[in-house]
Amino acid sequence: MERQALLNIESVSKSYTGKAKALEGVSLTIERGQFVSIIGSSGAGKSTLLRCINRLIDPTSGRVEFDGKEVTKLGKRELRQIRRRISMVFQHYNLVYRSTAIENVLQGRLGYKSSIAGILGLYTEDEKAQAFGILDQLGLAEFAYRRCDQLSGGQKQRVGIARALVQDPLLILADEPIASLDPKSSRAIMEHLRWAADDLGIACLVNLHQVDYAIEFSDRIIGLKDGKLVFDGTPAELDAKAIADIYGTPYVKEHAVRPQGFSDAVEADVMAAAGVA
Amino acid sequence: MEAVGGQFFRRRSLSIVAVFLVFVIANALAGGYVGFDFVASIADIPAGIAWMASNFVPSVESFEKIGQILSSLGSTVLVSIAASCTAAALAFAFAVLGSRSVGIGGPVSVAVRAIASLFRNIPVVAWAFILLFSFKQSEFTGFFALFLTSFGYLTRCYLESIDEVSGGSVEALRATGAGYFPIVAQAVVPMSITSVISWVLYMIETNIRDATLIGILTGTGIGFVFDLYYKSFRYDIAGLVIVMIVIAVIVCEAVSNYVRRQII
Repeated sequence: MERQALLNIESVSKSYTGKAKALEGVSLTIERGQFVSIIGSSGAGKSTLLRCINRLIDPTSGRVEFDGKEVTKLGKRELRQIRRRISMVFQHYNLVYRSTAIENVLQGRLGYKSSIAGILGLYTEDEKAQAFGILDQLGLAEFAYRRCDQLSGGQKQRVGIARALVQDPLLILADEPIASLDPKSSRAIMEHLRWAADDLGIACLVNLHQVDYAIEFSDRIIGLKDGKLVFDGTPAELDAKAIADIYGTPYVKEHAVRPQGFSDAVEADVMAAAGVA
Repeated sequence: MEAVGGQFFRRRSLSIVAVFLVFVIANALAGGYVGFDFVASIADIPAGIAWMASNFVPSVESFEKIGQILSSLGSTVLVSIAASCTAAALAFAFAVLGSRSVGIGGPVSVAVRAIASLFRNIPVVAWAFILLFSFKQSEFTGFFALFLTSFGYLTRCYLESIDEVSGGSVEALRATGAGYFPIVAQAVVPMSITSVISWVLYMIETNIRDATLIGILTGTGIGFVFDLYYKSFRYDIAGLVIVMIVIAVIVCEAVSNYVRRQII
């Protein structure tokens, strides 16, 4: 299938004052509907890279082009308009915890609204219907009026994804979306993101710590090390050597180290503890 | 035989004893210098309490003045509430502008912090003296003095509450393309509203206590009534005034505790 480029990052660098470079000349192109994971150790620049795309952080040099517009050159107003099509999902969910799930989802529409309507929280009937629909698709229909501080971690992250989807995005930036979740919720969240890419055609750029998940869910994997892009390929191409390069240490696949005949029992225990069984 | 752990535990005990001795000696030296006799002071306390009990206990006649006391107390409470609420509204706006997570940053943030710290660090009594020159002895002087210190104090508290609670959600809403004011209204306000209300309630309690002192200076409210009867040797009425103030503060505290429980 012929795919168009959606996001084009050209030699983006970022240095914080008085510190070493967080990003150094990173270039990559992402196609519409593509699911791309970024892996790398803590401090490799994964979060900085994501935030340079929607300019929550301004890159020191380089250019970012999204949907035909040069993000790095936009003024405040145009930047807000382009941000509407780039959603973001966070490790710590970043919800307004004292508001209900549905209110948090609707806040994804704030970029489309006038200041007055935004301040007063006046959403159209269509927007409300869309928000309830997305909550339903993510299995949260019954929690719509629940305050977010009463939801579990997995549910909070699903509200975060619903808020991202209600923006009608072309791209979702997910910053460690499963780093604070148990295995069962992690899998559900990754499946929702994969679904957004496959069925809704939304490109996903996902920072991950879990190499296994990256291999299982991605079309393509990016490896960052010390702010530099050191790997760019398909999951099949990510072999033990490539992983060792990215993390600077040999990586042993989890199932390889499990003793034979013992693994099923251990796994059953772990899954039971996670509330799966 | 060598003790377990060598000299470590012995040294630890010795240093505690040494700190205690230094404390006692410092106390004795300082007390000796200003002529403070600890034993004599302790011995004087019962007599002092007896004097207070015999003079400050409200007498039956003192209750004739209860109408005057209640109306002054009412006006003092209302001035305190007005000063706290006005200060809170302004302090919140200032804190939003000056906060790290939502603020406009740069010089504004520094300016807000400087102004808040200036108002906070001048004691309310000093403000009252300063303002007496401009506004004379009036209720407004008291209101203004309370307002200024409350404003400084609340701005400081709100700056911290806002940065503490709303960083994440502010970032999320900025990422959706939301503008400044919708972010404040939809994320900052709901996230910080409980601590904002909590601090206002605390400020009202503090201001009722402070207003009594301010009233003595500005000649208004319950402070003036206390001063009047105290200086004319009507200690029974002055005692009644104190009892009424204590009751007012306790009632206020009970109400604010109730409100706090309801809004969490």
